[in-house]
Amino acid sequence: MKNKVVNLRNVSQNPCSMCMPLGGIIPFKGLEQSMVILHGSQGCSTYMRRFMAEHFNEPIDVGSSALNEKGTVYGGEENLKKGLDNILKVYNPKLIGILTTCLAETIGEDIDRISLEYLQEREMEDFPLVTVPTPAYSDSHTEGYFLAVKRIITRLAQKSEKNEKVNIIIPNISPADIREIKRILEGMEIAYTLLPDFSETMDAPFTNNFGKLPNGGTKLGDIRNMPGAKATIELGITVEDHLSPGKYLENSFGVPLYRLPLPIGLENTDKFILTLKTISGKEVPEMFRKERGRLQDCMIDSHKYNAQGIAVVFGEPELVYAVTKTCLENGIKPKVLATGSKNFKSGQLFGEESSNLKVLTETDFVHIRQVCKEMDVNLAIGNSEGKYLTEKEGIPLVRIGFPIHDRVGGQRILSVGYQGTIMFLDRITNTLLEYKLSNYRSSMYQKYFQGIDVK
Amino acid sequence: MAVMERKFIEERMESINIKGKKKKHLKCESESLAGCVSQRACVYCGARVVLNPITDAVHLVHGPIGCASYTWDIRGSLSSGSELYRNSFSTDLKENDVIFGGEKKLSRAIDELVLKYHPQLIFVYSTCIVGVIGDDIEAVCKAAARKHNIEIYPVQSSGFIGNKAAGYKAACEAVLKLIKPGVHLPEKKNKCINYLGDFNLAGEAWIITHYFKQIGIDVNVTFTGDASFTKLKKAIEASLNIVQCAGSMFYLAQEIEKKYNIPYLNVSFLGLEDTAQSLRKVAAYFNDPDLMERTENLIKNEIEKYGPQIAGYREKLTGKKAAVYVGGGFKAISLIKQFRELGIDVVMVGTQTGRKEEYAEIEDLVDDGTVVLDDANPAELEEFMLLKGAHLLVGGVKERPLAYKLGVAFIDHNHDRKHPLSGFVGALNFAKEVYSTVCSPVWQYVHGEGLLHEK
Repeated sequence: MKNKVVNLRNVSQNPCSMCMPLGGIIPFKGLEQSMVILHGSQGCSTYMRRFMAEHFNEPIDVGSSALNEKGTVYGGEENLKKGLDNILKVYNPKLIGILTTCLAETIGEDIDRISLEYLQEREMEDFPLVTVPTPAYSDSHTEGYFLAVKRIITRLAQKSEKNEKVNIIIPNISPADIREIKRILEGMEIAYTLLPDFSETMDAPFTNNFGKLPNGGTKLGDIRNMPGAKATIELGITVEDHLSPGKYLENSFGVPLYRLPLPIGLENTDKFILTLKTISGKEVPEMFRKERGRLQDCMIDSHKYNAQGIAVVFGEPELVYAVTKTCLENGIKPKVLATGSKNFKSGQLFGEESSNLKVLTETDFVHIRQVCKEMDVNLAIGNSEGKYLTEKEGIPLVRIGFPIHDRVGGQRILSVGYQGTIMFLDRITNTLLEYKLSNYRSSMYQKYFQGIDVK
Repeated sequence: MAVMERKFIEERMESINIKGKKKKHLKCESESLAGCVSQRACVYCGARVVLNPITDAVHLVHGPIGCASYTWDIRGSLSSGSELYRNSFSTDLKENDVIFGGEKKLSRAIDELVLKYHPQLIFVYSTCIVGVIGDDIEAVCKAAARKHNIEIYPVQSSGFIGNKAAGYKAACEAVLKLIKPGVHLPEKKNKCINYLGDFNLAGEAWIITHYFKQIGIDVNVTFTGDASFTKLKKAIEASLNIVQCAGSMFYLAQEIEKKYNIPYLNVSFLGLEDTAQSLRKVAAYFNDPDLMERTENLIKNEIEKYGPQIAGYREKLTGKKAAVYVGGGFKAISLIKQFRELGIDVVMVGTQTGRKEEYAEIEDLVDDGTVVLDDANPAELEEFMLLKGAHLLVGGVKERPLAYKLGVAFIDHNHDRKHPLSGFVGALNFAKEVYSTVCSPVWQYVHGEGLLHEK
């Protein structure tokens, strides 16, 4: 593809992605009463906890096998087993995820064998330990996320009786977005199993009874029964088949799979709601028709302001796709699409529009900045890591995605569904307006007045 | 009581002490236990923290992407010149590099960075897997330095070789090589000092440098806040080193004394009292009556300026109880004293990497009943904060959500801060921050059952 920029660099300058285990932690935070341990050196878990704590503003407890020199040379089995013991003792979880790090993978730790052995030794064969190999050198956090979801299902799902539920697999979106998706499902009166559900666990209400493991999360029993569901909706059209949880349920248990984009934007939300209608045979309630009408109203009200936007959209592939689609619907010109992941089949996704888009995969922010300058971008849409676009290039940034660490409320940013899209579009339009209103007097003055009084 | 039912890990008991109960030596400077959810980071983190404020250096992380992602511009060190240090460069090692070795990629990465940024100084940080796959980064750095005729220092910071404190040492080793003079030792300048252990967070090193300037002492170079290649090269022209953050800089001060015969004094610029004492101590060292008089004048003026305001806060804060959990012992000790200036008792105090001598000093300072703990985890922090009835916690990003979920006030005393806490003005900022969190109206609305629960 000629518009795809091939990446030949030897050095990443300001990364546009995080590492695989970080992505793997997030789904485990969306299971009821679950804990995670990273098999590696202590720093990995601490860094990832810090990163996630800033975004979600929630305590993020993640264990580490705290590999030292000895463990690295002679194997870290003892460390991992001891780590599991301690986590069971302090947290008493219903499930533990074991993620590897590049260190554990490089020294060849076999976490499947270790975890089996552990369960036998402790005589707790039924306890769900979910192993996920996540070496940072193989993929980004996006792939780590989906692999973890898939491994959770693989470990728990059993052949089960047919039921009326619909499986909903979601990508890494905000807890507020998850709540909105649940509201839509409930509004359509659809029984569902949503995985991973970190809407409560990673955005917990204040209570006077703080628990070590937060309330909420997908119930393990529900995951066990996912194979009996009527269908799976996977909000993940950019997910590769081998990482796709929905594909796994389809191939292994025959659950029909619908792969849809994230419901951001009119068409994407229509697709979601119509698919729910098709699967369930239920009517779309008046409430959602009204919300749709309000979104149309919003699109009309703002279209001329939006027409001035020339955008860079960056972040995880699934979000980049949905946001770009929304931009196109509203006359905002997306010029640069960027992701740190290598798996972004953009060409097929946008049809005719593709030729106008510059797509950067496995990219970094120094590169993104440079391309944005060349393309006269005036609007950035993505996570906080794009802050230099504003600081160094003066391009305003509309924050969405993960991580949001330089503003409060990353966990509360709502962008999905008709209502979420309205809020998202307003944020974009108002950013363009703010930029315009703070500049146009002086720019008009410079452009048209200066020189008038010269004879 | 729910709090008491929680289970503790027995091996951790040696690292927890309650003052006044039986005398025992607190276990510290040891490895973290697996599965304990330690708040500690890794060797690389320690090294990067210490070196990153060197503004005109290229900081190149040799490893997979994560390590560079999590440390990109997350610290509040300010620069009066170059902004190069605010970038995070990584060789972004992939699977093939892990299999076939990353030396060539590293050397190409250096070539690319030299061509683009023309640095005089590059630090190359090794990460976990580099330590395992056996890349000889010493050799690569040496060859590249010769090729480009600049200085390139490897930092041996593989995560598993120790804890954060080992990273401090690795950073100091790199600095020692950097400041090593040519054949002749330069002449020492009188009344010229180096300031070790200030990272110029929110301009803190500038504040202290101004004090010294006013009393007639030159600050030659700060390690490492706002330091540059040229400034560091003149480090051994100073006639005295003063050391603030002893955890990271003690070793460097000792080595410089040994090698270049520059003595050092321990100082602290946290709190009115410590700041005044430290200035007096340095002035007394040079044994010049005029200088000592100027120092007394400065102290008098500054205390007149800020003392009354701080006293105002003290009135409102007296009797409150604080919990402290910070990186190093130095900061913990300073905070205990500083809280005393505000009439606040420290009821729990712990550090990630405090040294034996520092814990002894802490034990001397605190009242009977105060809990002292090393390398604590969230479960312990929660337990003891509640048990001791702490009104506020001092900590870093990871600890903040825990405090808030418990309905406890919080002070960010980490490298992330955006306002200075050093010097006389810093003491006022500190008092203000403590007041703004401890006496915030929000607590009235979150404690107790509230309206919704009333019958």
